[in-house]
Amino acid sequence: MKTLTLDRPVNRRDFLKLTGLAGGGLALAFYIKSGPKAEAAEGAASGDFAPNAFIRISPNGAVTIVSKQPEMGQGVKTSLPMIIAEQLEVPWKEITIEQGDFDEKLYGNQGAGGSQSTPRNYDTFHLLGATARTMLVNAAAQTWGVPASECRAENASVLHPSGKSLKYGQLVAKASTLPVPAKTEVKLKDPKDFKLLGKRIPQYDSVKIATGQPLFGIDVKVPGMLYAVYEKCPAFGGKAVSANLDQIKALPGVKDAFIIAGNGKVKELNSGVAIVADSTWAALSARKKLKVTWDEGKVVNESWDTFLAEAREKAAQPGQKTLRKDGDPDAALASAAKKVEAEYVYPFISHANLEPQNTTAHWKDGVMEVWSPLQIPSAGAGLVTKILGIPADKIKIHISRAGGGFGRRISADYLIEAAAIAHKVNAPVKLTWTREDDLRHDHMRPGGIHFLKGGVDANGKIVAWKNHFFTFGEGGSPGSGGAFNGDIFPGGGIANYQADQTMFDTGWPMGPWRAPGSCIFGWVLHSFLDELAHAAGRDPLEVRLELLGQQETKATGGAPKKGGGGGYNVARMRNVLKFAAEKAGWGKKKFEKGQGAGIAFYFSHLGYFAQVAEVTVSKEGQLKVDRFVTGYDVGAQVVNLSGAENQIEGSVVDAMSVMMYQELNIERGRVTQSNFDNYPLLRTTEAPTKIECYNLPTNHPTTGMGEPAIPPVAPAICNAIFAATGKRVRQFPLSRTDLRWS
Amino acid sequence: MPKYTLNVNGQSRTVDVASDTPLLWVLRDTLELVGTKFGCGVGKCGACVVHLNGVPTKSCMTTVSTVGRKQVTTIEGLAVSATKLHPVQQAWCELDVAQCGYCQAGQIMTAAALLKENPRPTDQDIDDAMDGNLCRCGTYLRIRAGIKRAAVLAAGGKEAAQ
Repeated sequence: MKTLTLDRPVNRRDFLKLTGLAGGGLALAFYIKSGPKAEAAEGAASGDFAPNAFIRISPNGAVTIVSKQPEMGQGVKTSLPMIIAEQLEVPWKEITIEQGDFDEKLYGNQGAGGSQSTPRNYDTFHLLGATARTMLVNAAAQTWGVPASECRAENASVLHPSGKSLKYGQLVAKASTLPVPAKTEVKLKDPKDFKLLGKRIPQYDSVKIATGQPLFGIDVKVPGMLYAVYEKCPAFGGKAVSANLDQIKALPGVKDAFIIAGNGKVKELNSGVAIVADSTWAALSARKKLKVTWDEGKVVNESWDTFLAEAREKAAQPGQKTLRKDGDPDAALASAAKKVEAEYVYPFISHANLEPQNTTAHWKDGVMEVWSPLQIPSAGAGLVTKILGIPADKIKIHISRAGGGFGRRISADYLIEAAAIAHKVNAPVKLTWTREDDLRHDHMRPGGIHFLKGGVDANGKIVAWKNHFFTFGEGGSPGSGGAFNGDIFPGGGIANYQADQTMFDTGWPMGPWRAPGSCIFGWVLHSFLDELAHAAGRDPLEVRLELLGQQETKATGGAPKKGGGGGYNVARMRNVLKFAAEKAGWGKKKFEKGQGAGIAFYFSHLGYFAQVAEVTVSKEGQLKVDRFVTGYDVGAQVVNLSGAENQIEGSVVDAMSVMMYQELNIERGRVTQSNFDNYPLLRTTEAPTKIECYNLPTNHPTTGMGEPAIPPVAPAICNAIFAATGKRVRQFPLSRTDLRWS
Repeated sequence: MPKYTLNVNGQSRTVDVASDTPLLWVLRDTLELVGTKFGCGVGKCGACVVHLNGVPTKSCMTTVSTVGRKQVTTIEGLAVSATKLHPVQQAWCELDVAQCGYCQAGQIMTAAALLKENPRPTDQDIDDAMDGNLCRCGTYLRIRAGIKRAAVLAAGGKEAAQ
């Protein structure tokens, strides 16, 4: 899947360069610059050993690793440097990690999304660390006049069996004169000798977090900075026609107020009114007095309830598209021994990052300098060029820690708003969104409606499956995560299968939400599958194993695609499903009425996850998840076990939070919710009592942890609720389903 | 604008701000203590919790004019000294509680106040005290474990984390 090419020795003026290739491949190529600056990694002082853009070692022994990916809680600022530290043989506590600025010529791809940071960089980072270690060993060997093969690196030193040793700092001057060795001359550590990878390592910034040091985008302070708020039309994409700007400008602390026309794209620069003041509170206070006349546009004709009613009317008609058809589903349903029909509905939801969107921007001397919590810095730079006409080499982006990503900060709408405001103000400006701005102008996870029919034969085998899925589009194609795919399990596993899709086009902004598509299709598919298993009177695990079949790799869908979809390795899925079931003791426990277990699995973002929930539902309908078991296969090596398990634990809570409460209702083209009082998140009292994580390592490339634990969570819990109460959850949020039983 | 003299982390600080300014924005914009976070502005997320005379308080809902002589303690002032963290902070680092970390200042301040009142809290005590603090990343189980570990550390114990 990945190729590494480093096939000739190069001199010390050459940089190793990471290049993202189409299709998720990677290449380690050369980056050759001339001039003294090219010799050093960013920030390297004269005399440092800086064999590539990511590592520098000072003569005093200080080791610095640059983290190039944005950190948003996924732990990448710790995990990727761990890989370099492992190969470099430097104790973790001695390493300083710096966040790199946006510079893809120097660092390669700096986007964080699609759980791609680990698979995209894993092999390359091993090689980067090992290459630097090899150079230090070579420097010691030459100093001592012994073969390099007699020397080994350990604890930031090079050792020789004679007892000689030199610390890395002492070798820096010599190593800096040596050629960068070819890949063939670099020996990677045997994984059995890993000291760091697979261990539980606390986040590098944990002390800064625990002591409240400035880290996040919203914490940025630049000398002379002003504070801005930006009022957009409540209806998506509406335009500001006029506002009481003179009155606003006269208010205390207000420095300026103006209308921005926007570029007409609801996910780029929206039209609105900027208020710039000498404090956040002055800007917020002035905003309360703001009166704007809006041109709301056609979007006011679009409401969720209307679309839902239309979907119900059209459910029995053929879809706009048939995504997959195998056999004769209608005939198979007609002749099935048992039939089940169900409607599954889920609403639009928000990312609700706890750190509201924000960006600080400074337009000075023809350069736009930006500090922003971003997932894809190149997207921000692209918008600045596109909308403000500022060339790429005049844009400087500092990547701030993000208070949550979840896909929201793949969009850079808030960055371009800040840049557009700063472009008109003679000072640095920090734009802060309110929570209300955030919920009402998110790039939402699309809602959807699935009309499902399934048939079971006299032997209890699932013989028919039909799904007419109604989704939502923006500008003619489904929103992110809103496109179904007929290859998703159980597609291909049922002889008579049909997946149709019909799209309602809207002017609503949608964007990727943690495991796009998979995050909610998992609930629909594994819930309905559970309905069929129960209709057949069979064990839900056994039915799943039967549908997965015996072949090693799915015949359809081709190679796994980044971000999910495509084919997957059925043997891995089957094994991890059995593994999770075994860890949970599936089928071995006796449950009282009101208690039960549910199971589900999913392949997404290159990860194989199977989960079992055990729940108690009180007679009054109160749900408690007593135990939640996850079995996972993300390839050969978990990088940071603490971070990996934190992602799983968080995914369980996140998916539960969506299941229990989250809903953006859209009426007349605008969100009716405003803040956490009417858009609640799961609270600690409702979190599972116990979450268990079990890794099943396999001899496959290491993949990411940010997303793939999400999809099976809700169906495992909802299937457990059915086992406990006989009540099937077919609508999100769960607060709409009465779980009381007697 | 009126002047207010506040006692913040043991220091007397005079600020010149509008009387209706929430303490949150005084801390963040005026005093440059940005560890206290803005999450919702309506007292529904707990990211802005500070101590007023030791009582956990949502600073987004506390106007500067009502603070008076009360001792304000923020996350920056919680540690015993520059080199010795508060037991809750120690436990948070040890157990790697945070993900994005944005809510954690509020979580830690609420947890520290709980432990001061109740050095050996039960799960129910923890749930009751922490219910007003949202964690969007879902670190609730580690927060619970962190509070128990902090209780052990505060008691001077070296027992393993539960």
